[in-house]
Amino acid sequence: MGCVKPITAAQKPARCFALIDCNNFYASCERLFRPDLKFKPLIVASNNDGCAVARSAEAKALGIKMGAPIFKIQDLIRQHDVQVFSSNYALYADISNRVMTTLESMVPQLEVYSIDEAFADLTGVASAVSLTDFGHELRDKVERWVGIRTCVGMAPTKTLAKLANYGAKKYPKTGGVVDLTSQARQRKLMAITPVDEVWGVGRKLSKRLNTMGIETALQLADADLKTIRKAFSVVLERTARELRGESCLSMQDVTPTKQQIVVSRSFGSPVEGLDSIQSAVATFIVRAAEKLRYEGQSAKQATVFMRTNPFNTSDAQYSNSVTYELPVPTQDTRELLTLAQALCARIYRPGFRYTKAGVMLSDFYQPGVFQTSLFDVHEPKPKSKALMAVLDNLNKTKTGTLYFASQHGKTDWHMKRERLSPAYTTRWSDIPKAR
Amino acid sequence: MSVEIICRAGVYPKLQIPYLLEAVQAGFPSPAQDYVEQQLDLNELCIKHPAATYFVRATGDSMVGVGIHDNDILVVDRSLAPKAGDIIIAGWNGELTVKTLQLKPFPALVSHNNNYPPIVIPDSVELDVFGVVSYVIHGLR
Repeated sequence: MGCVKPITAAQKPARCFALIDCNNFYASCERLFRPDLKFKPLIVASNNDGCAVARSAEAKALGIKMGAPIFKIQDLIRQHDVQVFSSNYALYADISNRVMTTLESMVPQLEVYSIDEAFADLTGVASAVSLTDFGHELRDKVERWVGIRTCVGMAPTKTLAKLANYGAKKYPKTGGVVDLTSQARQRKLMAITPVDEVWGVGRKLSKRLNTMGIETALQLADADLKTIRKAFSVVLERTARELRGESCLSMQDVTPTKQQIVVSRSFGSPVEGLDSIQSAVATFIVRAAEKLRYEGQSAKQATVFMRTNPFNTSDAQYSNSVTYELPVPTQDTRELLTLAQALCARIYRPGFRYTKAGVMLSDFYQPGVFQTSLFDVHEPKPKSKALMAVLDNLNKTKTGTLYFASQHGKTDWHMKRERLSPAYTTRWSDIPKAR
Repeated sequence: MSVEIICRAGVYPKLQIPYLLEAVQAGFPSPAQDYVEQQLDLNELCIKHPAATYFVRATGDSMVGVGIHDNDILVVDRSLAPKAGDIIIAGWNGELTVKTLQLKPFPALVSHNNNYPPIVIPDSVELDVFGVVSYVIHGLR
């Protein structure tokens, strides 16, 4: 029998995390196939083309702030020929996928943290290669393969890796890669970093910290832990510990099973008729059911909600929601659709200008787990599973190949996306052209 | 030109083309079943690095000489380092262009059609290469 030598603490290599973050991700995606926009100021607008949610470096230089309402910066847009795009999620998701796949092929373990950033566990890598060199390798490969620039921060804790990444972004001299394994460098960077740039410290928290005299990341790291815990929470205490180099947050490789699925959207313009809202809700519930099956779950509860615009004080206000508990959990779109339409009619009141509606599925069961009662008359629809599988399969290759009639009713609720770029990478008719 | 037939075409679920080792005799209860060895996947042939591969549609006739026609689909593999003689997609004059990369005696983007002179890249300009074209998909009807 083979003998496995136990690894003792002394042999264990020091922990090392990397945070890889794409630069101005949405904006970078928009100009990937547009050489004409290479050096132009460019912004991406939120749903319904409301505010700027992503800005190219040139747009930032013009002073356009994150979240700036588009209508308020019209003059600036005209004056500097700022390119405005609607959010093209199909494109961003595909490019994100490519970035993550490329990274995954290079690191021992990757945790996709959001659409444009990921943590990597580099523990042990430092013993083989220089971390800075490795950071550049990651960065170069993603840029060469996918066409997206990233910054890489590396440190003994996740919070410090985030901070290292902030340093890599903020100071161009770093070449987009910062190795923050040395404590001296950690302290140097923390001393010049405002505390609100620390991962997990929001603007609200930083205001309170400021009143306590904590202005920089370093001051938070050096603060008395007990005081931090008492005045704030164990969460902030953990942040302080992480800033000190004590790794408290590990890699999260398994995404926790969802407790609920919400699909909701603001309408492009206010709608009044029940038919419009039902058409919107039909689209939402179909999508929710699709997600539910993807998660491998069945739902016992469904909620429908709708509301007017609470910020428009001149309009009459109405907001309501209704939840219904099914006798037996289901993952059949047909059942959920019929239910959602009925719930919609139940809470709908005429005479209001609705601006948002949504659905929520909850109370999940793994298929086959639910115990039906002896007198239960709710037999699942025959061949439901097979039918849903066909539906999902067809729609996987092209969304909307097979749809329910109620989804295609009124369209006046549709999101406003007037400046949507082509689906360059996900639709044959939209692929970029080369002369 | 000689042609080698490697499998029969037909309507199959996406990309699943069975590769038969023996020809099937009509009317015989498929002994060939036992010989279904693998399924040929065009992706496997044309796409070595999915994360680095983009599709681009060719327009115009500047590359007919190398068999790239108007409306053909180009498989572009960004993981390949561009070499002299490669057909590349480059950003030029604000648009994407497909040309052959020439490095010597001077850097240029070369067309394969006498109606289009080569585009000479001035020394001061860093050529913006999008990627190397690895396959051309050309429909015949």
